[in-house]
Amino acid sequence: MIPVAENWEVADLNIGILFIFAVASLEVYGVVIAGWASNSKYAFLSALRSAAQMVSYEVSIGFVIVTVLLCAGSLNLSEIVLSQDSAYGALGWYWLPLFPMFVIFFISSLAETNRPPFDLLEAESELVAGFMVEYSSTPYLLFMLGEYVAIVMLSGLGTVLFLGGWLSPIPFAPFTWVPGVVWFLLKVCFLFFMVAMVKAMVPRYRYDQLMRLGWKVFLPLSLAMVVIVAGVLKFMGSGA
Amino acid sequence: MIASLFFYLFAAVLVGSGFMVIASKNPVHAVLFLILAFFNAAGLFVLLGAEFLGMMLIVVYVGAVMVLFLFVVMMLDVDFAELRAGFLRYMPIGATVGIIVLLELVFVLTALFTAPDTIAGAPDAGVNNTRALGQVLYTDYVYLFEAASLILLVAMIGAIVLTLHHRVNVRRQVPSVQVARDPKTAIEVVSVPSRKGLSK
Repeated sequence: MIPVAENWEVADLNIGILFIFAVASLEVYGVVIAGWASNSKYAFLSALRSAAQMVSYEVSIGFVIVTVLLCAGSLNLSEIVLSQDSAYGALGWYWLPLFPMFVIFFISSLAETNRPPFDLLEAESELVAGFMVEYSSTPYLLFMLGEYVAIVMLSGLGTVLFLGGWLSPIPFAPFTWVPGVVWFLLKVCFLFFMVAMVKAMVPRYRYDQLMRLGWKVFLPLSLAMVVIVAGVLKFMGSGA
Repeated sequence: MIASLFFYLFAAVLVGSGFMVIASKNPVHAVLFLILAFFNAAGLFVLLGAEFLGMMLIVVYVGAVMVLFLFVVMMLDVDFAELRAGFLRYMPIGATVGIIVLLELVFVLTALFTAPDTIAGAPDAGVNNTRALGQVLYTDYVYLFEAASLILLVAMIGAIVLTLHHRVNVRRQVPSVQVARDPKTAIEVVSVPSRKGLSK
């Protein structure tokens, strides 16, 4: 679904980003049902935590996506990338004008994929391993596989939304000869590396702080940015 | 051909899972069947060409509302057998609501045949349906839309007012106070004379 290079995608949907967002919002069911089906206290607590956490951060990711859509004027992922194509290369991509949203997107995607510092649902010091405590071998493998696929997916989405997809960061001759897929993969690897580094550097959040960050900091900030971006686009006359 | 095949598939699973929602013994299973029903309804929307509505149904209902619903149902210990005991008592009121909904559906369907103009047709082929929906919603029906959002806001504030009770004597974390702490006021350096201890 995500365009790896120009026209390199399985299906070029008009509502591409909505589809990805819809499918990503289903991630939580695996955790919740696994935690509930274990019929044990730790796993159940972890399921409840994940339900609250993922729903709260999905809201702020939604608003981040809305601001990007306002700038791009399309729900189509290829068109979002093409709208970032300018003479300024990397400086013309959305990460710079929408920098606060990029930060919110990155942190929210950490929370959405249950990575540290937001891995409250498998917090080994309090919940043993959370929803995974009763699962071993193949089911465990599937949980881990799902988690990492989700990270790669959100890195890909971040690349498309903020880092110009397959576009070259320096828009003249020797760099534009490099195929788009190389740039795309490099950017995805960069975001994945950042996710991995955060795990190594940051201690785990407390649960009430996590909720406070989601609802009291990110939600008002992203709502305000939606209004500001819409206002700027309206009065600068560059909106869709 | 394939579209109608998919229609019957989605419709059959939708009806089946809708029935299982009320027939299943375990409330969590009922919620899961409801999620399945939403999925198939989204599939039907996509078949109709209303892909925006279909995706929204998944994002909003399956992705958020049903998660919270599942959350509540898992926490509460709902016993369906007990609920069934009061079946006959609530039968008249349930039947009334059911009949009203059924009549409304019949009216809509008959309007479709007798006066097709009252129901807006599909938008022009050139406009994609996200844009078409936005245009209709924010130009023709903007006041109704605002009224709907006001009602939702009132419901939300009502829920907060009902559940929020501010407890006193609870230690709360106030980050701004924590950040504003000053070493000068937070700690006191006392020089203790040797072998005498503190004077107090």
